[in-house]
Amino acid sequence: MANLLLLPTMILLALVVGFPLVLSAWQSLHSSGGEIDPTTGIIQQGDTFVGLQNYVDAFTGAGAGAGFWNAFWNTTMFTVVGVSVETVLGVAMALIMARALRATGIVRASILVPWAIPTVVSALMWQLIFDANGIANRLIGTQILWTTEGIQAQAAVLIADIWKTAPFIGLLTLAGLQTIDQQVYEAAKVDGAGPWHTFWRITLPLVRPVLVVAVLFRLLDAMRMFDLPFVLLGRLASGQTLSMLASDAASRTDYGMASAYSMVLFAYICLVAYLFIKILGADVIGEQGRSGPGRRARRAARLRTTSEGSLA
Amino acid sequence: MTSSPRTHDASLTSRRAVLGAGALGTSALALAACGGSDGGGGSDGGGDAAAGPTLDFEERGPISLARGKDTTGQLAEFLDRWNSDHPDETVTLIELPESADEQRAQMINNAQAQSDAYTIVSLDVVWTAEFAANQWVVELPEDRFDLEGILPGALETGKYFDRLYAVPFTTNAQLLFYRQDLLEEAGHTEPPATFEEMWQIVQDVQAQDSSILGYGAQFSKYEGLTCQASAVIRSNGGDIFDAEGAPQADSAEAVEAIQTIRDGFDQGFIPEEALTYKEEETRQAFQDGRLLFETNWPYVWELAQAEDGSSKVNGKIGVSLVPGVKEAGASTLGGANYAISAFAKNAGTAVDFIAFMSEFEQQKDWMLNTTTPTAMAAVYEDPDIVAAFDFIEELKASIEGGVVRPKVVKYGDVTQAIQDAVYGAISGESEVQGAMEGLQERLTELGG
Repeated sequence: MANLLLLPTMILLALVVGFPLVLSAWQSLHSSGGEIDPTTGIIQQGDTFVGLQNYVDAFTGAGAGAGFWNAFWNTTMFTVVGVSVETVLGVAMALIMARALRATGIVRASILVPWAIPTVVSALMWQLIFDANGIANRLIGTQILWTTEGIQAQAAVLIADIWKTAPFIGLLTLAGLQTIDQQVYEAAKVDGAGPWHTFWRITLPLVRPVLVVAVLFRLLDAMRMFDLPFVLLGRLASGQTLSMLASDAASRTDYGMASAYSMVLFAYICLVAYLFIKILGADVIGEQGRSGPGRRARRAARLRTTSEGSLA
Repeated sequence: MTSSPRTHDASLTSRRAVLGAGALGTSALALAACGGSDGGGGSDGGGDAAAGPTLDFEERGPISLARGKDTTGQLAEFLDRWNSDHPDETVTLIELPESADEQRAQMINNAQAQSDAYTIVSLDVVWTAEFAANQWVVELPEDRFDLEGILPGALETGKYFDRLYAVPFTTNAQLLFYRQDLLEEAGHTEPPATFEEMWQIVQDVQAQDSSILGYGAQFSKYEGLTCQASAVIRSNGGDIFDAEGAPQADSAEAVEAIQTIRDGFDQGFIPEEALTYKEEETRQAFQDGRLLFETNWPYVWELAQAEDGSSKVNGKIGVSLVPGVKEAGASTLGGANYAISAFAKNAGTAVDFIAFMSEFEQQKDWMLNTTTPTAMAAVYEDPDIVAAFDFIEELKASIEGGVVRPKVVKYGDVTQAIQDAVYGAISGESEVQGAMEGLQERLTELGG
């Protein structure tokens, strides 16, 4: 009976997720466009079945697959560096927001504003900042050409991305912080724990379940990054991500290749999400098992349940 | 106690997986929607089988015109003119997004769905080959248009394999804008014809004022760079593709032309920041009085003459042809051509409307009221136009000597390959000879 009630959801999911996914997978096994007739210049046929050729092209960097590894490393680098810095900054922001007793609203608003701005708008704004004669160069007093090929272009993307998305982690972490019982801190104070000790031994472990979810969300989001480097750097190889490759191929009406890129990105995102949950999730449980059913662990487990339930 | 988080994590896993799939599903949906139908056209349509489907050019009735937004209001006036004379064959304007890429994407989507929603499509000059080869647009009956009156370079952009697929409405060519005041102070009366002469002037001017930057053009990695490369290579007697469509990007002329630009950067005649210039960045730098020379489209003239303080160079500018490597340079042609969708109804009306748009009256009014150059030669002789444009002679000469960018089906791949190679070469990332040899290889691989 319960299964029957789930049926409409399942059908809807199959329609909006499953069907396009299967179509895309099927499309990725085809090559668009055929031979050009040498006398009229007209293309003779439509799609042809090419098996795994598109994937082979992508992974060997041959033909239409050129640029795949560059995009792959860019995507990975933006994700790893970006999300790491965002996590540190986000937690710091959350701690500030949780502390700020006076002018709490203003502090929160000013931290959260970047998150509220659409990515394309913030990308255009950063484009002005990183202009050859823009504010960034005026502030540092030298002319760095941010929007030319090279590491400075990647730094520009990272700065803009971190500015925009660290508040997201901050916001979720703040929610987690507010579920921590003040008695825990009072107990720590009585035991003579300093602020640093309190942070590492109490705040971080208790907020960790929420933080893991926040980081996971950012991870999935960062891996499909598109609009920011697209607006900021255009066609520069330094900012090319896997999503951009897919969009690029689609705009060249090479839908087979575009689907292949999408499928690879899809698999990559699934893999990373799986590993992330597996490793961090298992670790949480492992610690749990070792520390035994103590009061604090029980409390942490309950808090985790609550915060996950409210977030997911 | 420990089992509770475990189940939670398990359900979390599956939920995340579904979420991840959803995120990608959205993009997959978009792709599937584009790639769903294959080819189309082909056998139906009959007629001249070799040239693809044809339409019934006698069929009449209401039609539509799909193009980017017209911000000038002039187009609406043309449509009123036409519609009041042809109440049974009205033309409806379908406004597409402002960005050219999005316009192209929508037109392709429309063609792949074999929809008759768009009758006439306004094609950027570089799309003709792709749209013709894919049979998204039909070959047009040449005898129904006054092709004699159209500027030859512009007409060339509407042809593919010697067949007419699109009729030029507007055209465009770049010019060299320079600081007349600074040139005169440095003792130069004539603008430069070649890069060599230009470097000399830059040196002389910089000797008096070292803060002024030399020459700027669109050297950022985007379509503008393909325009610059095509133009500068042609000005040295080369071409990226020969008349038969075979690539020759590693020819001595091409290599020398790109080397000239690279040397300009190396010797500081072109500022490093020009590597970030698109049209607007170039215009801004020139308008702020920082650049001595800029290559740009004619639209910059009006803005540079502004007297509201936005331009520091009003009244101080001269205009001439873009510089070349050996002699006066060639500009890349821009512009928009009108073609008829292969799935359209009422093609007879469409043909007549395209002919109407290329009549003298419309061509003149468009040029006068939008300051965009049109495709008809006679317009450039008209006294009103001559009076309204400060540099009509230069403009006409630039259009007449203009270069058509490569006419290839896979234009998207080709222009990307050109941008990658040329950007690497001029930015000093790679050596010019090697970059152009690599480009030749890539273009051969892409095969026309």
